[in-house]
Amino acid sequence: MSLLKRFAYFVGLPVVLLILWWALTIGNTNFFVPKPLHLFEIFGDVWFGERMMRDVLPSIGRILIGIVVSIIAGVVLGILIGSVRVLRMLMEPALEFLRAIPPPVIIPVFALVMGINDQMRIAVIVFGCIWPVLLNTIEGVRAVDSVLNDTCAVYGIKGGARLRHLVLRAASPQIMTGVRQSISIGLILMVISEMLGSASSGLGHTIVQFQRTFAVPEMWTGIILLGLLGVALSLIFQFTEKRVLRWYHGLREVDR
Amino acid sequence: MRRVPWTQHSLAAPVLGVVGIILFLAVWEVASRTGLVNPRFFPPASDVLVRLGTDLVSASFWTSVGQTMTSWIIGLTISAVAATAIGFLIGGSNFLRKATHTTIEFLRPIPSVALIPLAVLLFGVSIESALLLIVYASFWQILIQVLYGTADVDSVAMDTARSYGLGWWARVRHVVWPTTLPYLITGLRLAAAVALVLAITAELVIGTPGIGKQIELNRSGGSVVAMYSLVLATGIIGVIINMVMRFIEKRVLRWHASVRKDVAV
Repeated sequence: MSLLKRFAYFVGLPVVLLILWWALTIGNTNFFVPKPLHLFEIFGDVWFGERMMRDVLPSIGRILIGIVVSIIAGVVLGILIGSVRVLRMLMEPALEFLRAIPPPVIIPVFALVMGINDQMRIAVIVFGCIWPVLLNTIEGVRAVDSVLNDTCAVYGIKGGARLRHLVLRAASPQIMTGVRQSISIGLILMVISEMLGSASSGLGHTIVQFQRTFAVPEMWTGIILLGLLGVALSLIFQFTEKRVLRWYHGLREVDR
Repeated sequence: MRRVPWTQHSLAAPVLGVVGIILFLAVWEVASRTGLVNPRFFPPASDVLVRLGTDLVSASFWTSVGQTMTSWIIGLTISAVAATAIGFLIGGSNFLRKATHTTIEFLRPIPSVALIPLAVLLFGVSIESALLLIVYASFWQILIQVLYGTADVDSVAMDTARSYGLGWWARVRHVVWPTTLPYLITGLRLAAAVALVLAITAELVIGTPGIGKQIELNRSGGSVVAMYSLVLATGIIGVIINMVMRFIEKRVLRWHASVRKDVAV
């Protein structure tokens, strides 16, 4: 396909939709209906001033810390539980139950125990994000190919080398599946943990403030910013996944 | 004869699993009773379980469960129908698939909780607020799977159907639908869990009626035991939903695998 055609497919529909949005709202005086040009004009003023330091960056910091902690803790615990058969059988039902609890209900619990602060918000994100990583790692470690396992044993590969070259490698497609689920849960928890409590900061808090004061266009820019954050996280994930799992996707291509 | 390790026994997994849950509850109980954790914030497991027992026979508890499950099932149904219809439409045409790709990839990662302020402005604390969040979140899960499914249709099967003169509808019914069904069920299973999360979120944050709202009320009212009991109840609902969806998935996939085997032979 020519580059021009690809580009047309890439931007075609978004451009059409934007133009439609613009055309349909041009004469509209309804207070709730946002106008694209107006949103574009105020977007910078609303978010690139003081709010960048006070709300946007802290929010991004919380979700990044939360996700990184969950990935590390989930993978470490997952390898431990996944490698020890008895431990896995002992813990799996309890873990499945904890995972089935919808993570947002943990917010009131943590708010009660820790108070409404940054540690609580990060703890909530970790509580929600750890299960997909943990359970997928357990599953991935359990399902390590037995021939590869025996081969490693025969060649005397053990300890750190076995962990790095066999266990982590074999489990990585599963781990990445878990991480993808974690990111979307983390984003939800970041936003709603910021919505609780009156004296807080963050993206979630700010857009609710806009809504309560009927600053509707500002509220829309907040929704758009959250959308952009979601897209950015998903792009970072896709980029990382492509690099980490390059060998795996290659293998699947050959299999076909 | 080699001795089979006891962990291979067919009863080992369920027995150990139950032991694990009992151990978990025991640690919780002891930590709270001995004051290792503050019992005001972490009441003993036994208190919470007793409370859950009384909840299970109280009418108001079941009213809340009913409210939550009503928005869950309505939201899930709307998104399933819409996503399946739109998925087949887009998946059936190469042009639409390519043209909508960027738009879908942009809209999909938007966290549906970003729509909370909008939902409040439009619908207040009524069930529509919860439905907006649920439908937005679960729609993409199903749509993506349906799109994967329709892309997976075997081109030989499709060409065969065409040369036997099957019309558009017959091709969708007999070629595209069977290939897509397993993907659709996977999407439904993921969407069912997400829909529960969003139903509870709407109740917690917006205050639409349901278990989430009761949890928040108990927190602000300081009824800690009742709050934990409801948290456990949401976990049980989550487990039941997972089990039901897995059961449905297993049945569908069993059928699917058998069909595939026949084709291969």
